[in-house]
Amino acid sequence: MILSIYNFTSLTDNFHSFLSAHMAEGFVLATELVVTGLLVITFVAVLAMVLIYLERKVAAYMQLREGPNRVGIYGTGQVVADVLKLVLKEGITPNGADKLMFNLAPYVVLSTCMLALAPIAFGNGLVLWDLNIGVLYITSITSLGVIGILIAGWSSNNKYSMLGAMRSGAQIVSYELSAGLCIISIVVLSGSMQMSEIVNSQADGWWIFKGHIPVIIAFVIFIIAATAELNRAPFDLAEAESELTAGFHTEYSGMKFAMFFLAEYINMFVLCALAATLFLGGWMPFHIGNWTAFNNVMDYIPSPLWFFGKTFFIIFIIMWFRWTFPRLRVDQLLDLEWKYLLPISMVNLLAIALMNILGWHF
Amino acid sequence: MTLGNYFGNIYKGLKSLATGMRLTGKYFVRRGDSLTQNYPNNRETLKLADRFRGEVVMPHNESNEHRCTGCTACELACPNGSIKILTKFVVNEEGKKKKAIDTFVYHLDTCTMCNLCIVACPTDAIIMANNFEHSVFDRTKLLKVLNKPESKIMTGVE
Repeated sequence: MILSIYNFTSLTDNFHSFLSAHMAEGFVLATELVVTGLLVITFVAVLAMVLIYLERKVAAYMQLREGPNRVGIYGTGQVVADVLKLVLKEGITPNGADKLMFNLAPYVVLSTCMLALAPIAFGNGLVLWDLNIGVLYITSITSLGVIGILIAGWSSNNKYSMLGAMRSGAQIVSYELSAGLCIISIVVLSGSMQMSEIVNSQADGWWIFKGHIPVIIAFVIFIIAATAELNRAPFDLAEAESELTAGFHTEYSGMKFAMFFLAEYINMFVLCALAATLFLGGWMPFHIGNWTAFNNVMDYIPSPLWFFGKTFFIIFIIMWFRWTFPRLRVDQLLDLEWKYLLPISMVNLLAIALMNILGWHF
Repeated sequence: MTLGNYFGNIYKGLKSLATGMRLTGKYFVRRGDSLTQNYPNNRETLKLADRFRGEVVMPHNESNEHRCTGCTACELACPNGSIKILTKFVVNEEGKKKKAIDTFVYHLDTCTMCNLCIVACPTDAIIMANNFEHSVFDRTKLLKVLNKPESKIMTGVE
């Protein structure tokens, strides 16, 4: 059996028919929703722990340190201990805060980033909701997150939080433009906004190889814009601990703080998964022309492994950025977007459209 | 801004970013350079800098002799009174009465490792040792006498 070609739809279909045989139609839908919801929540929790551990280790290795290495094997227990600590801590609401908004904001941020997981293709046929505007859905849902950040900053009744939230808003709104243009350039090439279609269009080669230099430029710009959208260093003006304590989540503690933290890492995963799907072929295995033997060996690696490998590769690059570059000033940040990234990605989109019409790509 | 300037800026920016990423990438791959030591696990092979200041000690040679003349320069130099020297008079071979140290009291609990006593010592009788594991349950154990019992001043040290 060739693993990466194995289609998970048969598995999900079997589950569906098994449920249909035992209960009424409405209950089948409800059960399926509950099961997928539980799966997403478990996935999110495990993923955040893995990412936090990864981040700390990568940071330590790049700064010639050791990183967590005391609790458990190679310090893996440290993350569990930290999460337990955050869960047990008291969530304090400041006296001057707008109570309802203050308590609502973390749920808004976390639920938007969990919604963005829906159209991502984790493997062949392993999609929660393969809707035909998948890419558009992800971009629109991830921009909703900024509302939660603005609510958090405003309701905290703290000038640092307010400043952080405003900065975050300005940053996300401006960098979404160039990220969107880079996404559109791949939509132009693959001719579809559906995630599974985009992955299938890369069966004979990933877009980053097929699309020549314009797609490589689009990839680089997308990674930069994604880093800025995630509010991560070198674009972490929204948190900027040396200037604003912790930015929009200064007043948060305990589980509510953990939810912001969780949302940050899930957002990182979503955008990296999107980049992997658009540019690196999603779950498509790596093939070279007509090296049949090599291609067959690659086919034996299961498709979810390909997907997670590519996604974690991009996550590593973004972490690499964070621990290498210093933070930008606000004017530099807006300079970079409006003077460099946006014009370049516009011209680049034009070039890609031309390339697609003339059929210059492979 | 000319067009050449614009693309020149992009090129320069990307180049400097690549330089930075190459450095951190090198650190990431080459783990042998790690500056952190797994301290409690590597007590035998622990590497400390030569000038690391752990505590003040007074070296003695094989015949139990030290170089301290009891001039109290270190006591005067100490900013917080961590050193107290008690002197006595001893009769030397020539029948002359001479000042010598009786007890060199050193308060490790108040010492800030400022190194001023070592600088002040005219005969290099005291040095800073590397040992830093000073934790005790009783603070009186940190009150140390640096000269060993029955020790004498080295001949020739004035």
